[in-house]
Amino acid sequence: MTELDQKSDGRDTARTRDFARTAPPLPPLQFARWFWRQLTSMRTALLLLLMLALAAIPGSFIPQTKVDPAAVVRFGRAHETLTPIFDRLGLFSVFSSAWFSAIYILLMLSLVGCIVPRTFVYLRALRARPPKAPSRFDRLPASASYETDENSDAVLQRAAAVLRQKRWRVDVDAVAGGSGVVRAEKGYLREAGNLTFHIAAVGVLVAVAIGSLWGYKGSVIVVEGEGFSNTLTQYDDFSAGGLFDASALTPFSLQLDRFDARFEIDGPQQGQPREFEARGSYVPEPGAESAPFDIQVNHPLDVGGSSVFLVGQGYAPVITIRDGEGELVFSGPVPFLPEDASYTSSGVIKVPQSVPEELGFEGFFLPTAVDVNGVPRSAHPAAANPALALFVYAGDLGLGDGLPQSVFALDKRGLTQVRGPDGNPVRLLLQPGDTAAIPGGLGTISFDGVRQFARFQIGHSPAKAIALGAAVLGIAGLMASLFIRPRRAWIRTRRRDGRTLVEVARLDRVSGADLGADVEALVRDLRASSATTEGSATSEGKADT
Amino acid sequence: MSTEQWATLSNNAVAAATVVFGLACIAHLIEWSITRQVSGADTSRAETVGAEIARPARQAVSAGQVGAFDGGQDAQSRRELAGEELGADEERVARFGRLGIALTVLAAACLLVGVVSRGFAAERAPWGNMYEFATLGLLVVVTIYLGLVRFMKAQWLGGIVTGFAVCMLGLAFLAYVPAGPLVPALDSYWLLLHVSAAATAGGAFTIGAGASIFYLLKAKAERETPEDQRTGYLWRLPSSTAIDRLAYRVHAFAFPVWTFAALIAGPIWAEHAWGRYWGWDPKEVWAFITWVVYAGYLHARATAGWRGKGAAIIALIGFATFLFDFIGVNLIASGQHTYSGL
Repeated sequence: MTELDQKSDGRDTARTRDFARTAPPLPPLQFARWFWRQLTSMRTALLLLLMLALAAIPGSFIPQTKVDPAAVVRFGRAHETLTPIFDRLGLFSVFSSAWFSAIYILLMLSLVGCIVPRTFVYLRALRARPPKAPSRFDRLPASASYETDENSDAVLQRAAAVLRQKRWRVDVDAVAGGSGVVRAEKGYLREAGNLTFHIAAVGVLVAVAIGSLWGYKGSVIVVEGEGFSNTLTQYDDFSAGGLFDASALTPFSLQLDRFDARFEIDGPQQGQPREFEARGSYVPEPGAESAPFDIQVNHPLDVGGSSVFLVGQGYAPVITIRDGEGELVFSGPVPFLPEDASYTSSGVIKVPQSVPEELGFEGFFLPTAVDVNGVPRSAHPAAANPALALFVYAGDLGLGDGLPQSVFALDKRGLTQVRGPDGNPVRLLLQPGDTAAIPGGLGTISFDGVRQFARFQIGHSPAKAIALGAAVLGIAGLMASLFIRPRRAWIRTRRRDGRTLVEVARLDRVSGADLGADVEALVRDLRASSATTEGSATSEGKADT
Repeated sequence: MSTEQWATLSNNAVAAATVVFGLACIAHLIEWSITRQVSGADTSRAETVGAEIARPARQAVSAGQVGAFDGGQDAQSRRELAGEELGADEERVARFGRLGIALTVLAAACLLVGVVSRGFAAERAPWGNMYEFATLGLLVVVTIYLGLVRFMKAQWLGGIVTGFAVCMLGLAFLAYVPAGPLVPALDSYWLLLHVSAAATAGGAFTIGAGASIFYLLKAKAERETPEDQRTGYLWRLPSSTAIDRLAYRVHAFAFPVWTFAALIAGPIWAEHAWGRYWGWDPKEVWAFITWVVYAGYLHARATAGWRGKGAAIIALIGFATFLFDFIGVNLIASGQHTYSGL
C-alpha cells in the first residue's frame, strides 16, 4: 500500500466517524427498515441462537417452579438473600421469563423475516434458467479444458445429454460459428430443505405454544381401593395454560383396585424397582360402560384426549385413631411420600375432631424396617417388615383459620410435642396390628395394615401431533439442506486452430465439494462418450486448485 | 454362558480395550515425536490436490534441498546419505502410524466384545446407565474414526482419538455399575432409539471436535509459519481447508442424528413415560443447549466473519456442552434423567 493510499484511507475513516457523530437520527421508517435488515441478517440470527443457549443455562442449575416446586421452596429456605433477587429476575421460571421470551421471539421474527423473502427468491430461482457462464473459467475454483476434433454442436449436445442424465437442469446457448455454452445447475432441493426445516421449526414452536396455552397437567395420589374423577377439586396439584377451560376436562373417573410393585430382592442392584403396575377400571364418561385398565410406566391410559400416566408410587398405612374419650376420630389410609430409594416415606396425620386436644402425627413409614443403632431405617423398598415411627403433637392444628395447608406438613405454631414421663418426645413405633396409647390420655392409634398408592399424572397437550409432524418434516428438510449440494457447471466450446477447445468449469455456492475431482470426472465422462470420434485430441486436463 | 460369565467377559474385554487403546496412543505419540525430527515432507499435498480454493503451493522441503545448502564437493554423497536417513525415518513414522491403527482396530474389537457381552449379561440393550453409555459412545467414536481412516485417510486423528478413548474408559470405570436389569421407566423400545441415536451423535461430535482442534492448529500455523519453517507433525496433516471440510461433514452427519435423539425420540418417549414431551429437565435443557450451539455452528459456516476459526470454536463449545450434558448433568444436577447408576 502506498503512502498516498494510507493517507486517503485515514481521511476516509475520519470523515466516516465525523458523519457518525453528526448524522441526524434516521427517520422512523428508515430506522425500521434498518432494524429489520439487522434483525433478519444471519449474523443476528447466529448471535440470538448463542444467546438462547446461554439464557437456558440458569434453568438447569436453579430449581424451576414448573419442574420441581418443592426444590424452589428448599432453595428459598437455604438462600434468603439470593431468593428475592432471583425471583425478581425470573430465574425460578427461566423458560417463561420475559428475557428468555424476548430472545426467542426475536429469533422467531428473525427466522420469519429470513424465510419469507428467501421463499420468494427460491420460487423465482426455480423458474429461472441456470446462470450465465462467467467470461473466464480459469478464475473459477475448478476448471479444465481439452481439445477435440468434434464440432462444437456435437460436444454441446453430448454435454447436455451427459448432464441431463445426471439430473442436472441444462440449458444450451449455441452460437453459430462453432462456439457455445452449456449452462447447468442442480441441487435445487437443498434450499427447499433449508426452507422446510426453518418453517418446521416455526411450526414446532407454534404447536408447543398451542399445547401450553390450551393444555393442562395435574397429578393425584390414588390409594388402592379408592377412586378418582377428573374434576379440578380432586387434583393434588394442577397447572394449566392461560386459555384452558376447566369445563373441557374429560369427565372420566377411575377406580384403582390393585397396585403391584416389584423390586430386585438381591444381587448388586438390590432394591432397584423392576415393575410397577396399576390395575383397576375406568368409566370414560358418566353413564358409559366401565372398562378395565392396566397402567404401567411407559404405558399410559388414553381417555378421550387426556392421558393418565403412572409417575410414582408409595405406601399408605391404614390407620385408626380414637380420641381421649374413645370416639373413633380417624380411620383410613394415609399416603406417605417416599423420600429415598428404599422408600423411607414421610407423612403426617391430622385429627382435628379429636378431644380433648387436636392431634397431629408426624413421622416415617418404613417398608422394611431395620434398627440401625437405635434409629429405625428402611433397608428395602418392598413392604417386607413395615413399621411406622411417629411423633405426636397436640394443640391447635391451625385448620380453622381458613388458610390453605399442605396435607403433608404440620403447622406446628399452635402445637406442642407430646412427651413421655421421662421428658423425652414420645416416639410411637408401630407394626401392622399394633395399637399404642398416646401418653396423657389423648387417645389411641392403631396401625391396621398397608396399602399402596399410585401417583397418576393426568394431562392433555393439544397439537402434540402437529409438533411431532413438524419435527419429522424439519429433520427431513434439515437432511436435504445438509446433504444436497447446489451445483453449477458450465461447458464452453470455442474454435481454436481448426479444432474445438472444450472448457469445463464448476462452481458451488457452498464449500465442501471436491470440485477438482468433479471437473475431472465431468471431463472424463465427456471424453469417454466421444471416444470413437475423438482421435488424437490432446488434453490439458488441468484441475485448478 | 450364564449372565455372570457374560458380565466377567464384558469387564475383561473393556479392561483389555483400555490397555490396547493406551498402547495405540503411545504408538501415535511416538509417530508424532519422530515426525518432529523429520523434515516436513508434505504428505497432505497428494491427498488434497485439486480440492481447495487458492491454496498457496507449498514447497516440499525435500532431501535434495537439504543437501543443496552445503554446496560442497561431497554434496552428492551427502544428499544420498540424507536421503537414506530420511527414508529410514519416514519408514519409522509410517511403521508407528500403522502400528497405532492396528492397535486401535484391536482395541475397537475388544470394546465391541465388551459392549455386546454386556448386553447378554444384562439381558437388554447395553446402554442403560452412564458406564454403558460411555462404552457405547466410545465404540461409535472409534468406529467413525476407523471408517474415516479407511475412506478419507484420516490417520492424523489417531493420537487424539486414542487419547480420548483412554480418558473416556478411565471415566467409565469411575461410573462402573454391575450389569443388571433396568428401572421400569427405561423399559421401553424407545431406549433403543433414543439412547443409541444420542450415542451416535455424541460419537460424531467427538470426532468433529477433534478435527476442529486440528483445524485451529493448522490454520494458525498456516497463517503464522514462514514457508521455510514448515516442519513437524502439523505439516503432515491435510490443509486446514481439507480438515475443515472433514469436520463439517462429520458435524453435518451428527446434527440431524442429535436432532432426532434429543428433539424427536426423546420427547416421544418422555410423553409416554412422564406424561409430557418437554419439561425443561436439566438433561433436556443441556441437550437443547447443545442443539442450539451446533445449529449456531452450521449458521456460522454460512456467515461472513465467522467462517473457519469462529465456526470451529463454536463446534468446540458445542462439544463442551455435550460433554457437560453427559457427565456434568449426571453428576451435579438432579432431574428425571437420573439413570447414571451412581
